[in-house]
Amino acid sequence: MSEMRVLIVDDSSVMRKIVERSLRQAGLNPMTVFEAGSGVEGLEVLSNQPVHLILSDINMPSMDGLEFLRQIRARNLAAGVPVVMITTESSEEHVKQAILAGAQGYIRKPFTAEQVKERVLPLVSAVVGG
Amino acid sequence: MVLNGIRMGAGLWCGAPGEMERTMTQSLRENLHLVSDPRNLDTSVDEVFHMMLGSACYPVEELPAEEPETITAVVGFGGLLSGACVFRSGSSAALEIAAKLTGMEFSEIDDTVKDAIGEVCNMLAGTWKGRVPDLSANCGLSIPAVITGSNYRIHVQAPEFKLHHFYRFDNSSFEVTIICDGLQ
Repeated sequence: MSEMRVLIVDDSSVMRKIVERSLRQAGLNPMTVFEAGSGVEGLEVLSNQPVHLILSDINMPSMDGLEFLRQIRARNLAAGVPVVMITTESSEEHVKQAILAGAQGYIRKPFTAEQVKERVLPLVSAVVGG
Repeated sequence: MVLNGIRMGAGLWCGAPGEMERTMTQSLRENLHLVSDPRNLDTSVDEVFHMMLGSACYPVEELPAEEPETITAVVGFGGLLSGACVFRSGSSAALEIAAKLTGMEFSEIDDTVKDAIGEVCNMLAGTWKGRVPDLSANCGLSIPAVITGSNYRIHVQAPEFKLHHFYRFDNSSFEVTIICDGLQ
């Protein structure tokens, strides 16, 4: 697999590291990770860096994950790039909102590295043809 | 429709094994016995610790003597239920939890440890509300707030109900409280 470029958006730096570790355990190596602490920061990253995959929390200050996702699509910042929401919010309503906003995957916290692998690898394989 | 493990359908939630099937009502008060079921809290705590820390976690009757420095994380509930999920431990348990979550070593409660404890509380709150009928979709979570120090207490006047449990994992202990001060 060619080098993956991944954006992880979460207001918790600890959770960003856990997600990165899970992705590496899933076999996404080599991988360059861009981190953002909010949707606003995530949009700034996407304005300057092309990525293959975006993972985002939902509950965040200043701009939540669903609005971040809507802004990505509205600004056409990451056309064709899969977005996976990783969040404690796991109701049907939240999943529906994520789908409507353009998410391709949804992982509920807490999660295992195996769950991240199962839900992310098919998406990135389709993008990079690995 | 299945979106990476979560099946979308009329009233049936398949996001996690063992999660209870639920019907849609808009009154949690009618289901107070389910909302306040203490087993939901124990199961939620064990699930978070098992999945994120790789540790078994079980309820105990009481905690050892309190340490001089404690850390408290609070995640608020809003919506059909208002209240909070409160995690509280001594510094040694907090350092151990942060170390297991991050794979790093810590000697004091720094910003990373506070962040880790806040996230644990966030996952406890989310997992607990996900187990309660109707609560998952009709109750939001706040961003975690973390307090450190000594000799402080959190007091809520006349809550609707309160679950206050002690837990032990590996060599450490902590307590989790679910406070409900409003129920529709």
